[in-house]
This record gives sequence, C-alpha cells and structure tokens, in this order.
Amino acid sequence: MPTSQKTAPRPTPTPAPRLMQTSDPTAWQRLRSPEVLAPIVVGICILVAWELFVRITGLPPYLLPGPLLVLKTLGEEWNTLLPSLLITLQITICAFLAAVVSGLFIAVLFSQSKWIERSFFPYAVILQTTPIAAIAPLIIMWMRNNTFGALVVCAWIVAFFPIVSNTTLGLNSVDHNLANLFKLYNASRWQTLWYLRLPSALPYFLGGLKISGGLSLIGAVVAEFVAGTGGAKAGLAYQILMSSYNLQIPRMFAALLLITLSGVGIFVLLTILSNTLLKHWHESAIKLEN
Amino acid sequence: MISTTSNRVLELQQVGKVYRNGTIALQDANLAIAPGEFVSLVGASGCGKSTILRLIAGLGQPSTGNIHWDRPEQAQDLAFVFQDAALMPWATVLDNVRLPLTLNKTKPNQARATAQDVINLVGLAGFESAYPRELSGGMRMRVSIARSLVTTPQVLLMDEPFGALDEMTRSKLNSDLLHLWQQKRWTVVFVTHNIYEAVYLSQRVVVMAPRPGRIHAEIPIDAPYPRDEDFRTSPEYINHCRAVAAQLHTAMQDAESL
Repeated sequence: MPTSQKTAPRPTPTPAPRLMQTSDPTAWQRLRSPEVLAPIVVGICILVAWELFVRITGLPPYLLPGPLLVLKTLGEEWNTLLPSLLITLQITICAFLAAVVSGLFIAVLFSQSKWIERSFFPYAVILQTTPIAAIAPLIIMWMRNNTFGALVVCAWIVAFFPIVSNTTLGLNSVDHNLANLFKLYNASRWQTLWYLRLPSALPYFLGGLKISGGLSLIGAVVAEFVAGTGGAKAGLAYQILMSSYNLQIPRMFAALLLITLSGVGIFVLLTILSNTLLKHWHESAIKLEN
Repeated sequence: MISTTSNRVLELQQVGKVYRNGTIALQDANLAIAPGEFVSLVGASGCGKSTILRLIAGLGQPSTGNIHWDRPEQAQDLAFVFQDAALMPWATVLDNVRLPLTLNKTKPNQARATAQDVINLVGLAGFESAYPRELSGGMRMRVSIARSLVTTPQVLLMDEPFGALDEMTRSKLNSDLLHLWQQKRWTVVFVTHNIYEAVYLSQRVVVMAPRPGRIHAEIPIDAPYPRDEDFRTSPEYINHCRAVAAQLHTAMQDAESL
C-alpha cells in the first residue's frame, strides 16, 4: 500500500458483513467457550465414572486399570516412554512430510492431464486400500538394513492418499467464470496453476492434511507393531507390545495415552495452520458477528 | 447512422450457436457495432444474449456464420465483466485488479501504479488491501470493473454486471459507468434484462427473442449525453422505455406462438 494511504484512515466497508478481526477473543476467553468447555466436562465425567467403576467392582489392574493408575504409571515410566514417543513422532513427521510433498506433486500432475489422472488414479486407490499390516512385513524385509526408513515408507503409504485425492478435487474445482477470465487473458498453463488452481485447491489440500496427519501416526504405529520387538530404536508400539507380554497393562495404557495425545496435538496444529491460511477468505475460517 | 457497414469494430454475420445437447442458443444473428458505441442487448433468459457476448469474447466458436473484426488485433483488446464479480476470494482488491497485468507480465511497479489508477477511477481508493469477502456486492462489482479496465481495453463486454444488485446501487453504478464511458469512449456491449437500465445507458438497444435465441429488433436511443438523473424522469426516456417494452412483448408473443 502506498505511504499516502497510511495517513488517511481506511474507510469502513459499511454494508458488508463485518468481520470480528478487531475484537478477536483472547486465549482465555476462547478456553471458556462452549466448544472447549463442553468436551472437557464430558471427558471428566467419563474419567470419574471409569475410576468409580474400577474401584467399586474391584477389577484387577491387569484387566482394566483406572485413569489415576494410568497417570501414575505414565509418571513412573516417563524415562522409557519418552524416547519411544520421540521415535514414533519422528517416523510420523517424516512420513507426513513425504506424504505432503509427494501428494501435492501427484495431484498437480493429475490436474495437468486427464490422461495421467485416468491412468494412475486407480493405482493410488489400490495402494490406499491394501491393508498396511499385510504389506508392511514385505517392506520391512526389503529394507532390512534400514528399519526406520521402512517404517516411514509404511506410514507414508497410509498417509499420502487423502492429500492426493483432496488436492486433485480442489485443483479441478475452479470457479467457472474465473477459469474463463484466465482464458480471456491468455494465461499460460503455469499461470493458471499458480494463480488460480493452487489457491482454489488450498482449502481442500488443508482438509487432506488434517486427515493425513492422523493417518501418518496410525501408519507409523501399525508398522511398528508389524516390525515387532526387533531393532535398536523402538517406538511406542514396541512399548505397548512389551507391556502386554509382561502383563503391565497400566503401562500399556500409558503408552496408548501418549499416542492419543500426539494424534490430538497433530490435529490441533493442523487446524491452527488451516485457520491461519484461510482466515481472510474461506468460509470455514471466517467468524461472523451475527 | 451509427451502425453503417463502413464504420464498425466488429460485425456478426449470420451467427448461430447450437449446443451439444441440441439447444439452439442463437440463430442467424446479424449485428454490427461501431467504434465507441454503447449497445445493450435485452431479452428474457434463454434468448441468447449472453451467448452473443461469449462468442464475441472468443469463449467458444460460432456453430454457423462468423464474427468479423475490423482489425483482428482488436479481438485481443477486449475485457469481459461477468455477472457475479468473479473475484479471487483469496486475493486483495489490489491483487484482483492487477491480475490481468500480472498475467501479461507487466513489471510489478508499473502494474501496481496502473492498478491504483483504475482503483481510484472506480472510487475504491482506500480499499486496496481489503478482501472480496469484506466488500458489499456493489463494491465487488466495482473491483470487477476496475480489473476489466486495467488493460485499457477498446471493447468492453458486460454480462448482466449489475443484475444481482439492489436498485439504488444499480442506478449509482449505471451513472458512474456512463460517466467513465464518456471519458474513455470504449465500445461497450452490455447485456441486461432490465429495460430501464438499457435505455438509460445505450445509444442502441437490441431486443432479443427466445427459443431459438435471435435478434428481434433494434431501437436507437437518440438522446444526447451526458444523461443526468433528470433524464430518468423525462418523457423522452419514458417513451424509449415504452418502445423497448413493446418490442420485448411482441418478441415473447412470437416465441409463445412457435
């Protein structure tokens, strides 16, 4: 914006729907909003009921440990569980990044030629629908010198499809009039991709990211399960397996809790990313006053 | 006198358009448009008025006949204003307006200056960094018009640009558009279903009939410019509206008797 514009106060677009940008709620207000409070209340009720159930029926901890015991075990086992958590997260993040890059690339390729899309899309579907537990042993065997790499490949196979399919849909969902406009101005293929198709696809891509983030974690854990207890670096699935062999059920629950919390964390981070990127223009991220 | 054959930007000769599903969108349309002329096409939906505009713009080829440009390079020198503003929701007003310059690789500084000029021209100064979502319908249409003017086109094709706006906004944009046209003297082909708008703006109103879409009548509006607000209440204006309405009426009766 030219400097001369900055001195004059910007006129307000009066008849337009006003946005809440100026009166953004503080973090504290947001924490007290019903969207946050309601699920927390439900969660606390379930945990209390669970704890009471375990105490009243006197269930032994190797059948079902109460939430307090799980928390206590998490504290005690933190030194062995944290390194495993970090390994699982490493696999997850590597697989996720690989899925984002490859998914985006494949989707752009699909959008550039109907023939490429027709020829290869079914194979992307096949890769997606093949149970990862069934092919993980093969991948781990083929890459037996690099277990970490093999686990990343397994998680990647699970995670990349939502990005491909969502982004392809987005790249093909361009506003008809805008497409005509680009045609009228003789926009090149790359200009149309960069200035029109990719921005149009952004909300779809971000939706794919949210699904794929969770799937990366699930893929990593499932692949670790299949890889079993071998290897020097062992993730959370290894800890769960070991705990179950030793009948340390509270420890198993503690590892499970870490996986769940990681999944929620990934989802929250990606939601924040999505809302930040779309806050000016997309319906999903706009807060209206009315 | 305006539409004589020697003095024209473009001429439609026996132009027809049949869609793949068999719909005859347009049949045997003959229309010559003079340089600097303001022509409106009016008619009910399905009469082929938008089809004519799209064919002129080169968005699709005529099934029959041809469109003759006096100077073929002018076919590239046109701008199109769509019914909905067709703005990029992710881009600011400034980025939307300078899109055509970005696409033809104008230097960024120059593009920004030119875009700023047309933004000022359409009365949107101060809204450069606003997003379309934050603007009213009328303002979005102004952005769309600014974008169409940024390449300084000779021919402006407008497809019911003010159709979705309320009456007050529409009449304000009408007089602003007319004011700009008198300064710049583009050739304007304006599609509308609003008789009053067509008569107020145009030098010539082309009445179209539906099923199949075709040109029914041409009515010259020989009132002088500038046309101010008083013109809208003058007997002359009312008479022209009446004439157009009568032609539209017979056009519809023809269609029903078919």
